[in-house]
Amino acid sequence: MKRLIAGTALALIASASTAVADDSVSACLITKTDTNPFFVKMREGAAAKAEELGITLNSYAGKVDGDHETQVAAIETCIANGADGILLTASDTSSIVPAVQQARDAGLLVIALDTPLEPIDSADMTFATDNFLAGELIGKWAAATLGDDAANAKIAMLDLAVSQPSVGVLRDQGFMTGFGIDVKDPNRWGDEDDPRIVGHDVTAGNEEGGRRAMENLLAKDPMINVVYTINEPAAAGAYEALKSIGRENDVLIVSVDGGCPGVQNVADGVIGATSQQYPLLMASKGIEAIANWAKDGSKPEATEGKGFFDTGVALVTDQPVDGVDSIDTKEGMDLCWG
Amino acid sequence: MSGPDNYEAASADAANEIASFDTGKKGIVSRFHHALHTTPALVPLIVLLASIAIFGVLLGTRFFSPFALTLILQQVQIVGIVAAAQSLVILTAGIDLSVGAIAVISSVVMGQFSFRYGVPVEVAIVCGLAFGTMIGAVNGWLIAVMKLPPFIVTLGMWQIVLAANFLYSANETIRSQDIAEQAPMLQLMGAKFNVGGAVFTFGVVFMLVLVLVLAYVLKHTAWGRHVYAVGDDPEAAALSGVNVKKTLISVYALAGLICAFAGWALIGRIGSVSPTSGQLLNIESITAVVIGGISLFGGRGSILGTFFGALIVGVFTLGLRLLGADAQWTFLLIGALIIAAVAVDQWIRKVAA
Repeated sequence: MKRLIAGTALALIASASTAVADDSVSACLITKTDTNPFFVKMREGAAAKAEELGITLNSYAGKVDGDHETQVAAIETCIANGADGILLTASDTSSIVPAVQQARDAGLLVIALDTPLEPIDSADMTFATDNFLAGELIGKWAAATLGDDAANAKIAMLDLAVSQPSVGVLRDQGFMTGFGIDVKDPNRWGDEDDPRIVGHDVTAGNEEGGRRAMENLLAKDPMINVVYTINEPAAAGAYEALKSIGRENDVLIVSVDGGCPGVQNVADGVIGATSQQYPLLMASKGIEAIANWAKDGSKPEATEGKGFFDTGVALVTDQPVDGVDSIDTKEGMDLCWG
Repeated sequence: MSGPDNYEAASADAANEIASFDTGKKGIVSRFHHALHTTPALVPLIVLLASIAIFGVLLGTRFFSPFALTLILQQVQIVGIVAAAQSLVILTAGIDLSVGAIAVISSVVMGQFSFRYGVPVEVAIVCGLAFGTMIGAVNGWLIAVMKLPPFIVTLGMWQIVLAANFLYSANETIRSQDIAEQAPMLQLMGAKFNVGGAVFTFGVVFMLVLVLVLAYVLKHTAWGRHVYAVGDDPEAAALSGVNVKKTLISVYALAGLICAFAGWALIGRIGSVSPTSGQLLNIESITAVVIGGISLFGGRGSILGTFFGALIVGVFTLGLRLLGADAQWTFLLIGALIIAAVAVDQWIRKVAA
């Protein structure tokens, strides 16, 4: 037994010293949480790509969404570890900037995944879904599906949080733009005066919040017939609220994310259409970028015409409409995450 | 010894009146003060009625309708049930930070047992309820027998249970449609019925019955008196023959069971089994308890007060949302209510002059 322990210890020391000695590329992945399926998928994508390219990957995550402290500590750990680059999904997009700057000063490539930093150029590059476009697609789809009735629609907006994080604002404003609503200030929701908007409420992006928010807005106007939701769990909650008053079949629900339970809900007719994003792709592209950076110091380029690298978005629905490209739920299921 | 003892006769001429405080002349304020002192649920009830009246005036029938008022009941049902469990614990001068986590993991156990292992749904529900009770009992054992502070024990348990919840479920949601198809019993607490425009769910009924039963048990059974006694002064309670350890363990175990029921009600409400729900239940339940006038130092307050406390939060939330106020106003006002509730509690504690 003693010999076994000694042997293991020796092996560990040996492997540790080789890790220090050789100049293999290492990367860090820092997500908001390690429990949200979206980030779980992201980690899988990063791990698979890292293994393929022979990169050492360390993953860190906040304890809960909004856990800024742990993310800062993770960045510091990565700098101390001599990593070549960091893939970061920031909980607090502006407060994290000084820590990111510290990492960049230390020669690390920092790529924001999914959530742009504020300002967006605080990171070397952002690999993300075009959240505005994701919203715009479902907005266009909803307007086209309603046809002439779109002029008299009564719309409930189920948003993410009162702090109006950028991802929530972009989807919300994209939806309105796609639907043909004047958004006023595009950087915040709630300031538009189109009478078709019954109201906004926040859901925290989960079923419970979705149900409560929907109930609140239904109490305001029981004749709501279009529901925008920030993501599919919120949509599932909203559906429960509608079902409890027997209106689940005459209300159009649209959403964003493209998680597997969400796409299944589109197939079942719970959600009319959802915009699917691709976390796996974000992460694997991010790892490739770090590999290139370590090799020859090249940085990834932004998608033409945008301030970030667009990892794509697709509208998933079984009721396609003219003028809006979409994929069906079968294809959506093949590409879904979570 | 001559003839039977007749002590009764000896006391016949004695004063009949039992010793009492000389209350002197009482003004309206001190009468009111006295009423508040003897009926701890009165303050939250007054606040509740006042807030309903105010929102009723501001919003009219949009708020003051059977539909909207019972909607509040539906929205507070989960917090209400969990807060009932929290009340029991706080009456013993403890605190349970793990209530929300117990509720969530119980719902996950019910869902995963049915879907992952194919256990009959009734059995899965019983397993979920037993699991919640077990976690509560472990809390109680650590607090009563190991003499660890409740705050620490339940702080640790909260994290352990929540982490176990995510690990066990892989944070996968079981969809509402699948549950409705294969295990509709899980959604039983969400089943609803109409009474003249008012919509009730079984979950709401469960909450109401639970509150009434607990109120009765706390007031009229030996166990209930023991709970108050342990909270007021555990040493005095022990000296007067209360089994403090057993009482504490039973309180935490019962709290765990009630939380598990809350988990079941949660499935009914949101339709699906979602491991991410209910994470703020511990704070929300403590809020309801404090606004409901139960002293955090134990031994004082009533479960009806907690129920009113939960309703006050519900009325504020819906009322302000219907008024179109920013959601932050709700938090701000509830924060103010918490502080006001404790201030009023301190004022009531001063024995009437």
